[in-house]
Amino acid sequence: MDDDMIDEVVGEFLVESYEALDQLDQDLLALEDDASPETLAAIFRTMHTIKGTCGFLGFAHLESVAHAAENLLSPLRDGELAVTPEITTVLLSAVDAVRAMLVMIERTGGDGESEHPELVAELQRLQDPAESTPPPPPRVGDLLVEKAGVRPEDVELAISEQALGDERPIGEILVDHGVVAAEEVEAALNTQSEHKGAALSESTIRVDVRLLDDLMNLVGELVLARNQIVQLSGAADDESLTVPAQRLNHITTELQEGVMRTRMQPIGNVWNKFPRVVRDLAHSFGKQVQIEMDGADTELDKTIVEAIKDPLTHLVRNSVDHGIETPEQRRERGKSPDGRLTLRAFHEGGQVIIEIADDGAGIDVTRVGAKAVERGLITPDALDSMSQRELVNLIFLPGFSTAEVVTNVSGRGVGMDVVKTNIERIGGTLDVTTERGQGSTFRIKIPLTLAIIPALVVGCGEERFAIPQVSLLELVRIDGARLGTEIEWIHGAPVHRLRGRLLPVVDLATELQLGGVPLAERPAVNMVVLQADGRRFGLVVDEITDTQEIVVKPLGTQVSELGVFAGATTMGDGRVALILDVLGLAQRAHIVTEGADGLSDAVDELGTDVAAERDTVLVVDVGGGHRAAVALSTVARLEQLACRDVESSSQGPVVQYRGELLPLVPLAAAAGIGTPTPIARGEEGLLEVVVCSGPGGQIGLVVDRIVDIVEENISASRTGDAANGATFVAVVGGQVTDVVDVDALVGTHAHSRPYELLAPVAG
Amino acid sequence: MQYGTFTLDGLLFGIEVSRIQEVIRAQQMTRVPLAASVIGGLINLRGEIVTAVDLRRRLELPPRADGVPPMNVVVRTRDGAVSLLVDEIGDVVEVSADSFEEPPGTVSGVALSLIRGAHKLDGRLLLVLDTDRAIHVSALQPA
Repeated sequence: MDDDMIDEVVGEFLVESYEALDQLDQDLLALEDDASPETLAAIFRTMHTIKGTCGFLGFAHLESVAHAAENLLSPLRDGELAVTPEITTVLLSAVDAVRAMLVMIERTGGDGESEHPELVAELQRLQDPAESTPPPPPRVGDLLVEKAGVRPEDVELAISEQALGDERPIGEILVDHGVVAAEEVEAALNTQSEHKGAALSESTIRVDVRLLDDLMNLVGELVLARNQIVQLSGAADDESLTVPAQRLNHITTELQEGVMRTRMQPIGNVWNKFPRVVRDLAHSFGKQVQIEMDGADTELDKTIVEAIKDPLTHLVRNSVDHGIETPEQRRERGKSPDGRLTLRAFHEGGQVIIEIADDGAGIDVTRVGAKAVERGLITPDALDSMSQRELVNLIFLPGFSTAEVVTNVSGRGVGMDVVKTNIERIGGTLDVTTERGQGSTFRIKIPLTLAIIPALVVGCGEERFAIPQVSLLELVRIDGARLGTEIEWIHGAPVHRLRGRLLPVVDLATELQLGGVPLAERPAVNMVVLQADGRRFGLVVDEITDTQEIVVKPLGTQVSELGVFAGATTMGDGRVALILDVLGLAQRAHIVTEGADGLSDAVDELGTDVAAERDTVLVVDVGGGHRAAVALSTVARLEQLACRDVESSSQGPVVQYRGELLPLVPLAAAAGIGTPTPIARGEEGLLEVVVCSGPGGQIGLVVDRIVDIVEENISASRTGDAANGATFVAVVGGQVTDVVDVDALVGTHAHSRPYELLAPVAG
Repeated sequence: MQYGTFTLDGLLFGIEVSRIQEVIRAQQMTRVPLAASVIGGLINLRGEIVTAVDLRRRLELPPRADGVPPMNVVVRTRDGAVSLLVDEIGDVVEVSADSFEEPPGTVSGVALSLIRGAHKLDGRLLLVLDTDRAIHVSALQPA
C-alpha cells in the first residue's frame, strides 16, 4: 500500500472509531442501569474492532489499551464477572484514553508516547484472572472452516490477499478461488449477522457536507427563481404559463424539502454526550442525577445542531451545578435523593422546542433580584416594579452569576447571557420558568433551518424589508377615526392598547431615518406586532406586501455592523431587500434594555389572555407558497375530484357531488390571495377540494395542497380591507396565514335550491 | 504591471488587474438605511449580495452629477466581493515600475492614505488606489 492509501485507511479508521466511541459512552452508562447481554456484547464488539484495526495499522500503544479493555469486557459479556461502578469508571477512562490517542493519531500520525501502564494495570486487576483469553467473535472465515469444510490454509491465503490490498470481502475471494460456493458464504454471513445483531444498513452512504451546502445554495437560488416565475405567471394571466409555473412551484417545494431533509440530524447526536457529562459532573459534586431524554430523534438542520451544541451543554451543566441539590438536601426536602434532569425535544409550528428541566431547588427570585441590584445591573426602584418572570430573566443579564461559590464548572466566564445570545444569533429564543423547590425549565425555541426562512415582506418609504416570521405575532391595522384614540403618547413615546395592554410602538421610518410623514399625522397605520427577547412591540410600516420563503444571504462587514439587519435576500424582481434583525431593532429602539422599562410584557400573561380562543383550523396551500386557513368546523369533507368531472354552469365551474351540484371556487381567487390555480376542465389530474358547508349550502374550495390541521389561539386582527372582506390575516403555526371566512364565501357562491341537480324526470 | 483604469471626477485611477473580478454597468441599488454615505448600497450580483462603496465619497471628491449612473468595478476581497462605484471605465494599462513615484508631500488628507502613488503616463498621471484601504469602511462612520 502506498502512503495515500494508508492515510485513507487511517482516516476511515478514525471516523469510524470516533463514532463507535460515542456509542460506547452511551452503552457503558446504560450498563449502570441495566447490564443486558446485548449491551455488553455491543461494547465488546466495538472495543474488539478498534483493537483489531489498530493492531493492523500498527498503533501498538492504542492496541494494548484496547486489548486490555477487551480482556476485561470478555468475562463481563460472558456473565463471569458482574458490572460494578468501579469497572464502569475504569472502562470509561479506557474510552477516554483511546479517544485521546485517536486525536493524537489525527494530529501527528502516531498514537503518542504513553502506554497508559496504570490504566492497563487497572483493567487487568479488575478482570477475573482465570479468564484472560477472550474467545474470538465468529469470523466468516472461521464459520466457513467450521460449516462448509473450507481448509484453514485457504482462509489464510485470502486474508493475506486482503492485506495486500484486495478490498473484496473474504467470502468473495474464497468464492473466486473456487474453494467454496457462494450460497455457503451467504449462509455464513447470515450466521454472523445474527450474532452481530442488526447488520449495518447498506441503504445509507456518507456524503461530504460541502456538497450538501452547495446543493442547499443551489436550491436557494432555485426558490428565488421560482418566486420570480410564479409572480410573472400570476401577472401574465396566461394559462400556458400558469400550469408549468404551478408545476415548477410544486417541484421546487419538494426539492427544497428533500435537500433540507438530507441536512437534518437528530438532536440525539448532541444529547449523546450528555449522560457522560452529567455523570461526571454529578460525581464531582457528590450529587446523584438521573438523566432522561425524550425526542432524541427530533431532527434539525446540521448547522443548527452545531450551533446549539455549546449553549445546550452549558444549560445542562448549569442544571446539575445550580439546579439539582445534594442527596442530603433533597432528603430534607422530602424528595428522592436522585435528582432528575429531563431533556425533551419536539416540533411545534415549524420550529423545534428543546426543554431542559430539572426537579431541583428552582431559582430564588428574591436572591436573583438582590444580586442584580448588588451588581448594579438594575436600580432598587426598578426591582420593586418587576414581575416574577422579569426577575427570573435577570439571570440572562451580562455580568450576572448567582453561584455563591464559583465552581470549576460554571465559573468559566461563560454566563447565561452568552448562552442566550448564542441562541438568539441563530434566530432562536431562550426562556426559563421556575418554581421554588420544584425545579426549573429552560425552553429553547429554534428554527428548523437557517438558510431558507418564511418571512413577511413589508414596505417602508421606497424600501422593502423582510421580517423573519419567527418573531412575528400578529398584524394590526388602525385607520382614520380610531387613530387618534388608539395610538396614545406617553411623554413622546407612542403606545397602542392591544387587548387592554400597552404595546410600545416603534415607527420603522423614524428608526431607520427614512423620513416621511410623522406618525401622528398619518391617515392609517399598519403595525406588525413583533416579539424580541420576550417583549412585544408594534412596528409601524407603510405597507404589508406579502409573505414568502426567502433565502438568507450574508451581508458584508461594512453593513452588518449596523446591528439592525440580519442579512439580505433577493426578491422576485431581482432587487435586494434587507432582512430586519428584530432583536437589534428592538435594542436600537430601547424596547429591549437592561432591566425593566415598565412597558414590557410578560409572555405568561399573554398566554392566558387569549387562551380561551383556541381554534382548530385546516391550513392549505393556495398556490405560490401562500397559506390560507379555514375553520375546521366549517369543513364537511376533503375530496380529490377528477378534473374531467368538472362541468361549466352559468355560475362557474361545478361538479356533481353526492347528488347535488357543488360549485367549485378556487380559494386563491375568491379570497384574493396567492396565485389562483386554474381549473383545467376535461384534463387528466385531480383537484384538491375542501368541501365546506355554510348557511347557504355547500361549496368546494379548490386548493393546491392540504398542509396541516392546527389547533391554536388565532390572535387575529383584520388588516384593513382584504379582498371582499372574506379574509383576515393571522399567525397560524408560526406563519402568517390568511384566515378565510367560509360563511361569507358560501353566501356568495353557494347555489341555492333552484340549482339542485334535477332528478331525471320519469316518463 | 497591469492596471485596470477608471475615472473619478476627471482623475485617472488604477487597480491591479488581478484584484478585479469583473466590471459591470450601473445596477439596481438597494439603499442601506443608517449606513454612512460611502456605502452606495447593495447590488444583486448573480444571487450574491455585494456591498457597493461610492469611491467619490470615499475619496471626498464632489458628488457625481445627478442622472449619471455609476459603473461597478467588482473587486475580490477576503470577505467576498465588493463593488467600487466609479464614473467611467478606462483601458487596461501596462506600466513599468520605473514610472512610479510616491505621492509628494503636498498630497494630504484622505488621498494620502488611499493613493499609493502615481505612474507618470504620457500627458497623464495614473493614480494607484490602495484597494484594501478603500474598501475598508465602517458603515458607522459619520456621513
